[in-house]
Formats: sequence, structure tokens, C-alpha cells
Amino acid sequence: MRLSAYPSTLLSKELPNLQYTSTADRFDETWEATLSTLLGAGRAAGADFIEFFLERVNYISCLAEDDQITSIAPRLSKGAGVRVFRGKADCYVSTNDLSFSGLKSALEKGLAILGLQLPAPNSYIPEINLEPLRDYAALKKKDNWLSECSSMREMGEVLLSANAQLKLEASHVQSRRALYFRDCQEVLVAASDGTFARDIRLTQSTGYNLLCAEGAHRSSISQRAGDTSDPGFLRLWDYKSAAAEIAQAAGQMLRADYVESGTYPIIMANEFGGVIFHEACGHLLETTQIERNTSPFSEQKGEKIAHESLTAWDEGLSSTAFGTIDMDDEGMPAQRTLLIEKGILKNFLADRAGSWRTGHPRTGSGRRQNYTFAAASRMRNTYIATGDYSVEELFASVDKGVYCKRMGGGSVGATGQFNFSVEEAYLIENGKMTKPLKGATLIGEAKEIMNKISMCSQDLALAAGFCGSISGSIYVTVGQPHIKVDSITVGGR
Amino acid sequence: MPNINDLSHHARSCATQLGIHKFDIYGSTVDETSVQVDRGTPKQVKASNRSTVTVRVWNEHQTMGVTTTTDLEPSGVELALKTAYEASFFGVKEHVPDFSPEAAVPIADSGTKTPQANVSELITTLLDAEKELLAAHPAIAGVPYNGLAQRDIDKIYLNSNGAMRTEARSYASIYLYTKTEEDGKKPRSAGAFRISQGLPQLDIDGCLKETAKKTISHLNYEKVKSGKYRVVFSPDAFLSLLGAFSNIFNAQNILDNQSLSTPDSLGQQIASPLLCVCDDALHPDNVVAPTFDGEGTPTRRVELMKNGVLSGFLHSAGTAKRLQQEPTGHAQIGAKVTVGSHFYHVFPGVPAKQEYSLANAEKVILVDELQALHAGVKALQGSFSLPFTGWIVENGKYTSIESATVAGDFLKLLQSIIFVEHESELTAAGVCPKVWIDDLSITGE
Repeated sequence: MRLSAYPSTLLSKELPNLQYTSTADRFDETWEATLSTLLGAGRAAGADFIEFFLERVNYISCLAEDDQITSIAPRLSKGAGVRVFRGKADCYVSTNDLSFSGLKSALEKGLAILGLQLPAPNSYIPEINLEPLRDYAALKKKDNWLSECSSMREMGEVLLSANAQLKLEASHVQSRRALYFRDCQEVLVAASDGTFARDIRLTQSTGYNLLCAEGAHRSSISQRAGDTSDPGFLRLWDYKSAAAEIAQAAGQMLRADYVESGTYPIIMANEFGGVIFHEACGHLLETTQIERNTSPFSEQKGEKIAHESLTAWDEGLSSTAFGTIDMDDEGMPAQRTLLIEKGILKNFLADRAGSWRTGHPRTGSGRRQNYTFAAASRMRNTYIATGDYSVEELFASVDKGVYCKRMGGGSVGATGQFNFSVEEAYLIENGKMTKPLKGATLIGEAKEIMNKISMCSQDLALAAGFCGSISGSIYVTVGQPHIKVDSITVGGR
Repeated sequence: MPNINDLSHHARSCATQLGIHKFDIYGSTVDETSVQVDRGTPKQVKASNRSTVTVRVWNEHQTMGVTTTTDLEPSGVELALKTAYEASFFGVKEHVPDFSPEAAVPIADSGTKTPQANVSELITTLLDAEKELLAAHPAIAGVPYNGLAQRDIDKIYLNSNGAMRTEARSYASIYLYTKTEEDGKKPRSAGAFRISQGLPQLDIDGCLKETAKKTISHLNYEKVKSGKYRVVFSPDAFLSLLGAFSNIFNAQNILDNQSLSTPDSLGQQIASPLLCVCDDALHPDNVVAPTFDGEGTPTRRVELMKNGVLSGFLHSAGTAKRLQQEPTGHAQIGAKVTVGSHFYHVFPGVPAKQEYSLANAEKVILVDELQALHAGVKALQGSFSLPFTGWIVENGKYTSIESATVAGDFLKLLQSIIFVEHESELTAAGVCPKVWIDDLSITGE
């Protein structure tokens, strides 16, 4: 610990003159004195709980359009948020200023919002004993990850090669885009319960957007892969397979008919098909929704809320998945949380405040986009578990329905009503895929649809995604095996 | 954010030391406070003071690089300049972005700020609104989504040729979304939003009354049969859809082949002659009213569609140069300069042969609010399939629709407009009247 002034008994009047020498470009043990002093000051002011979240981000994105790199965009960011609780009320103040005085100002603003102020000049500031720094970045040797990632030059070379491959594979191309981003986030959490933890998260993603046109017919297909553990991820991107896959999908959808609206049985593909569970159920198991009284499942823990064929998990532990975290944004180690077991609701996803307010145990699910957001209960890697059926058996059970091979995004509203768009769909007739369909939207109510997922196959696979909610946009994984939904409203023409 | 003169001085001296001769900086500082309440108690108060600037640097080969940073300390600005310089060697070699020719044109209005209310006043105001809403009808069980926010924004643009602009704005906003609970009925939800220059001017009562009225109107609902209907879009719904398909007007999208238009589309009849559309950042009803864009170009009113004829595009300096037109003040800077709209003004074009009214319409669907646009709009295909809230309107009687989607092709929709009402309403995206459209697909039961 390096500090020039850290008296064992600190008086409030000494706060303005304290000089700390925390490391400028790294969150390490040298931040302990700064943060424990401020946490002590906050407690002395009368706050019940205080948490600091410090963040530094080194982000870059790269875009290739057709045969040239049209954007390389670095972003450097640093900031901190302080959350102050008084009873069940809380406030959150964020700032770009990581100096002692900057953090102190943010704390004072937070205290003032809750009707508190720093103690009188001759009051003692209680010591907050932070735990020895729990440094996941050091434990997992992540400190060099950023320097091991692809250089700007390499990003450009890989994306141009990828786009050239797509040109070879696709026909009727109007535009080709290959994208990559790397988000390296260093975080430090310190709280008045003694939490003191650091991590580095390296999130990378590559993908394609392909637009094909022939006369008045158009199709656009997107594809994305993501990773959280391999600095060499871009170098290993199998863009040849990805290009072949989306070229085929765009070709199929170019002259597809619009789906006829109605109620159908559907089969949803694995991987990103898991967005149905994410939207229709996952969000409603977050304590954020329980607090707002917007979840139909609030009082149903231990009860059957889904078909007995359905088991579902949310976890932060899968080694490479897009929603994997070693600790959440409140410093709690990641966990594996069983949400539903054979149709029975087992657990909710809780952050610290959600746990206090609802009584459900914390699950390491406190997540946020960046320092400008307070953490909230959010999903990580969320998926329906493998079932007993083969994919062939699922298809064989459908006389007339829709196969949703590639899903777009979706959302769920305050009443539990959800919707998803389908990017690539096919008509199923007598158990066989017949013709491609476009323009489909799946609409339903969470409570009803969960009992209609009647068959799960054995080919569980995950896909990278982004989830926007109360604490911003975060990286998540959705997943499932192929599943059958007995009936659902399909919006179309 | 440091004073613009200090930032300019520091950037210049850093650039000189690094051998950088050409750069520009665009950025903003936001000072905001927001509150939420939950059944009579404050839920969360958020306050934030943050700055972000984007630095562009041109190297000796005249290619450009960019870096965005929140660190405006001298070391942060220096690092941003260095990183942008490094990135510049991977910048595009054709159509390299340049300073706007209008970056130094004088602008009269640099904006004003309204003093921020204190937090306790925000909380009290929102608690009162929640209380009044809960009392409006026994079925209203909660207001799960609510927020009252006030924001000060200071923006700057400067470049190494001496251009320097600042702008200061304040605004306050409120949203209220209810949830109902009644035995034997599905939960229903409705809401409203208001924005103004400050809390004193904010129409909280209007927001509250609109939310209550809409919520009550949705309590008794019916299914709608799937089929083709005459559909009336509320101003909010029409502007949501227009915004989702704004690639029609977006010159950068057009040049990137990411649009339903081409450069040759100008002058073509793409909509019913009943429709006119402008983008008008400086419209008197636009609370945010930016006076310059990310390249320092002054904003202005731009005619996009006149009597259904595509008459203009939204431009950055670069797209204007490539299409031999004038910049319009719609640039958003980054490694790739993008283009975005400010504030739509939709109004009637040629007089309609027949005028319609919801008071005596036989059976139409009134779409109040479109949902899930991020999922249901295929902006490059021109198609949409979107859930909505709304009513079946028959001879002035409104019956809430339980749940349904509206689907169609946007260009076909524009051609199918049969009436643009005269009376406009203010929304967050612009001002617009109700728009009547024939033969749209509704999926209900």
C-alpha cells in the first residue's frame, strides 16, 4: 500500500487535505486506502451501505464494407459510480473524475440526495476493513490479454479476407459487411461490507451483415460469434464456414414468400433460438421485475410454471461463452443458477439491492453496461437444458407449422407479452421443411408459452447476444436445443 | 469538461508536440439527475456528470483516424490524439472525411440553460404524479415504469483551423407507464411521455391525464380478427415507423447501399401526394434544438418529401460533397461519419379528395404505439411486422385491442396513405398529425 497520509484515526476535518497515490493506470491494492477512507466517511455520514464501482475501458471496433476498411474506432473511457443506501432508498452518482476529490464529491452528492452529509470536522471516520484484494485478473493471468489481442493492422486484414470470402460464397450481393469489436474492461469494486475485488473482462465479437437484392426482392442476414476468454479470438475466426452459412441463408430468403399470419406449432432451432426463453421467461425471473411487480412468476417459486420437459439454467461459468464473468459488477463470484427444473420454478436472479428488497438470495447476477449505471439483476449465459428427443422426432410431430431457423431480436413488455422477429423461417408440412418464409414475428404471453414448450432435443448450443435493460446493454449468451412450441401466434401478412 | 479555450489550447499544444497538424474535436458534458418512485417511496435517484469527446486526426498522407475518450485531463487528451493518429494510417483512402466548409459559419443561438430543480422537488413531483395516477382508477395497480429527469448538456466543436462552437441546453422529461390488475382479465399497460426546457414548463398534468385516459380505455379489450384493415397511425406511431425507415433519406446509407433509396431516387414519387416531410432541428417545438452537428455544420430545416416526391437527403459534409449538394447539419462523427435525423415535421401535402374522421369512421384500427421496432423492422428489406397497442374505432366508439401486430411494406404504406389530418401533435421525435392508410395486415386471432 502506498499512501502519503492515512492516519490510523482519521478525523473528518482531515478529508480535504488527504493525498493518495493510487496507481493511475491500474486498479490494484493502492486504491484500498482511498476507497476505505471514503467508505468510512459515507458510513459516518449515516449511510447504511456504500459501494464504489471503478471502471476503465479500452474498446475498439473495426468495420469492413465490401473491399475496404471503412472504420477503425478506438474508445478510451474511465469513470466511477458510487451507490449509497439509506434504508431501502438508494441513489447512484457517477463521474469521470477518479481522483480522491472527484470520488469524494460524488459520494457527497449521493449522501446529500439521501439527506445525509459528511460528519462534523472533529468526528472520527470509522475504518472500513476491506478484504485482501480478490484479483481475478491476476488469478487468471488476464493482465496481458489486451496486448495479446489483434493489432489494428491484423483486424483490417482478417476482416478484408472475411469479406472477400463472402463475395465468393454469396450471389445477388448488394452489400457485405464484416465487423469486429474488442472490449477490454478493468473493474474494481469496493463496498462497506468489506468487498474489494478486481477483474478484467475481455469481450470480443465478430460477425457479418449481408444484404442481397434481386429486383424488388431483398434479404438481409446477420451472423455473430463472441468470446470472453481468448485474446487470439479474431485470428481463429472460422469465417469461411460463417460466410458459407449466411450466403446460403440469404439466398434462400431472397425470394421467400411472406408467412401467412395465424396460430401454428413451431420448431425453433438451437443456438439463438434461445432468445425465446431469454425474453419470455428469463427477464421475468430477475428480481428487478419482482420489485416492480411486473413478473407473473413473483409468487410461484417452487410451483410448476412450465411444461415438465423444460429445465433451464443461468450461469456465468462456461469457459468461453459471451455472458461469462468471473465476478459480477458487485464483486460476487459467478455462479450457476438453476432457474427451472422439469417445469418447477427453482430460483430467481438477484443482485444485492434486489435481494434486500425481495428476500431472494444473491446469485452473482448484478450487472451493468458501465460506470454510469447501478448494477441490476441481469442474465448471463441462459439456456434451456438438453431434452430427450431427436430433432427428427420434433419435425415428425408437426403436420403444418413453421421452422424458425434464425431468430432476430425480441422484447417483453410490462404485462409479460413478448415478441420476436424471425430472420430465416421455413414452412413445415407433414414433418418436412418445404418452402422458405419471411416476415414472421412470434407473439405470445410468457405465462402461456412456457407450458407449450413440449419437446426439447439433444443438441444444446449457445449463441452470443446483447441484452438491453435497466442497467444498460450487456453481453449475454442465449441457448437451447431444438424445441417444439405446440402453438404460438405468428404475425405476418 | 474543461473550458473550451483551455481544451483548445491544450489540444493544440499536444498536437504540435506530436507533429499533428490537422485535427478536430467534438464532445459534450452531461449533468443529469433522474428519479424513480415505487408505490409511494423513492426507488432510485441517479446523478451523473460525465464528459465525452471524439478526436479526429489527419496524418501527413491525409488519411483520418479517430478516438473517443472520457478522460479530458491533459494526459487523456494526449493519449486520444496519439491513438487517433495511429488509427489514421488505417483510415479510408477514398472519400476521406474533411472539415465541414460550414464549420466556422456564425450561428446566432448558442442556447440557454434552465436552473435545475433540487432532488427533493423531483421526488415529490413524481410521487404526487404516481399517487394521482393510482387514484385515477381502482384497476391501476402500479406505475412500474416511471421517471422524472433533468439534464444540462454542453456541446463543443473545435478544429485546428480555428473553428470553435459551444452550445448549452437544458431539458426535463417525464414518463409514466401503468399496469392494471383486474380479476379475470389480463394485465394492461399504457403510458405517456413529456419533455420541456425545464421542470417548471414540464406538462406533468398532461402526461398524467393521458396515461390515465389511455389505461382506462384499455381495461375492456377484445380480440381483433386477422385481416386487412384501414389503419390510422397516431403521430407517435407514424414517426416511429418513419424513423425506423429513415435510410430512405439518409445520404450515407444511400452511398453505402444500405437504403431503400438510391441517389437517383430524388424527384421520384415515393409516397402519396398527401404527405410532406421535413427534418427541422430548429423547429420551435423541438426542445433539444441542436444548432450544429458533429462536424460543426449549422443545423437547418431540410425538406425531405414534398407532396410525396422525395425532395432531399440528410447529409454530412462528406456525403454532400459526394452527391454535389450542401451539407445539412446531420453528421455524427466517428471513424466513419454517419448521418441521423433531428426532428421530423410531417404535414399534409395536396388537399385530400376526401377527409376522414375517427368520430364517424365505420371500422378502422387506430395504432397508438408501436412496439419492438428493433426486432420487427427489416429496414433494408422495407418490411415490418410489429406488435402495437391501439383500438378498433367504430362510429366514434373505441374498443381496446387485446393484442395484435400490424405488418406491411413501408414503401407500399407510403403510397397507400389516404388522408393526413390537419391537426399536429408534438412527440419526442417530431410533430405530426394522424395518418390514415388503407389495406394493412393486422394479425389478431
